[in-house]
Amino acid sequence: MDSVLIPAGVKRCSLKLFLLWTLPWLGLLAWGALSAFLCLWKGLNQTNMTNYFAFAVWIVFDLSVIALGAGAFFTGFLTYIIGKKELKDIINIAVIIGFICYSGAVAMLGIDIGQPIRGWFIFWHANVHSMLTEVSFCITCYLVVLIIEYVPIILANRKLDEVPDFHLFGNNLHRIMAVFAATGVFLSFFHQGSLGGMYGVMYARPFAFREGFYVWPWTFFLFILSAIASGPSFLILCTKLVQGITRKKLVPEKAFQTLAKISGWLLASYMILKIADTLGWIYGVIPKAGMTFMDFFSEGPYGVWLLICEIIIFGIIPAVILLIPKARQHQGWLITGCLMNCTGIVLNRFVLTIVTLAIPVMPFDKFVSYLPTWQEWGISLALIGFGVLVVSLSYRYLPVFPKEAELNPVAE
Amino acid sequence: MLPFCFEWLWGIDHIIFFGLLYLALVIIGLGLTFVGIKTFLQVVGILWEKDM
Repeated sequence: MDSVLIPAGVKRCSLKLFLLWTLPWLGLLAWGALSAFLCLWKGLNQTNMTNYFAFAVWIVFDLSVIALGAGAFFTGFLTYIIGKKELKDIINIAVIIGFICYSGAVAMLGIDIGQPIRGWFIFWHANVHSMLTEVSFCITCYLVVLIIEYVPIILANRKLDEVPDFHLFGNNLHRIMAVFAATGVFLSFFHQGSLGGMYGVMYARPFAFREGFYVWPWTFFLFILSAIASGPSFLILCTKLVQGITRKKLVPEKAFQTLAKISGWLLASYMILKIADTLGWIYGVIPKAGMTFMDFFSEGPYGVWLLICEIIIFGIIPAVILLIPKARQHQGWLITGCLMNCTGIVLNRFVLTIVTLAIPVMPFDKFVSYLPTWQEWGISLALIGFGVLVVSLSYRYLPVFPKEAELNPVAE
Repeated sequence: MLPFCFEWLWGIDHIIFFGLLYLALVIIGLGLTFVGIKTFLQVVGILWEKDM
């Protein structure tokens, strides 16, 4: 029924099976829509956010998907600016994943601010000294760049491509993609950094506060590095997942290996700087604040184990796996390394958001715990449903993987 | 009130912040304008697809 829309030379499942596949993801979206409706109608009392937890699970999800979505700008940078030709086979899916991550994050923020109708205030009444203002500007602009990068992929659809105007527009847009990719790198560099800087400048919270260079705390640079270290790993994971579900080889192994190697080196560099930063924090920031290391880990479930997990288990180990050529060439180890890398970055964002706010900072303060409500989970998980649906629709109807037909010849 | 900021101040912080923002927006805008004009010229037959 929809065969005229499916790219030439490739095979797809029946429309009935495809619609069945979309059902659970549509269910997640419906849960998210109901939660969003309740939050907009009744207000943020539908969440467990308090004056202690003004940042909660949505911000953890936001920061995580923005870091994991860094694969889009970084792969664009490697493909169009550095000239890594093998990554042209994976750049389309990188753009789609980036688009999902950023559009999902912006949509989630729309609910998080409580009154989306006043969302434009941050642009019109810009506080130029605020890291959050910079993040808002850059994320919005970068989402526009991602949409521009997505348009030629959509216009390459078999039916749309038959329209000469669309064909020409898509081709012309594709030819100057390096300009948009470079703009995306510039915007991403600053918003990834400012997200980290936002925590590092919190002078009154010594758990997150860091010294730094000029106006940028060290967390500014660590966030950039961790994002470009985990983004390619997340891209590998998503593409491998698509390959696993479709039971097809969609991207030549060389592209995966290039990304895994780069991801490993960047993660190793990040780990060295993260350890140096942690030591600087232990011997510099904490004593200056009149506290001891264990003061931060003496209450609640958040112990030193978090630091061990973040640095050793989900930091050093995946870096070693991705750096050893024989290990990353083994499919199981490659996926394990990438998965651990992404877990480490999500854990880092969780620690800086939730643990920072949970730890008391005043003598009369007490440790406050937080668990999200079903509405908060609904909106967060809707992002996964949205992502799977966009990838599924794109894979079915768009030529996302340029080498698919070559790698999977269809028997006549 | 200008450039496009209600609380605009002629200070280095505003100039750097908005300067970089407008630089990015101008690049995006010029890129899209270029593609739009080029496509229009190709559609009306003034420019061939392989030109430029």
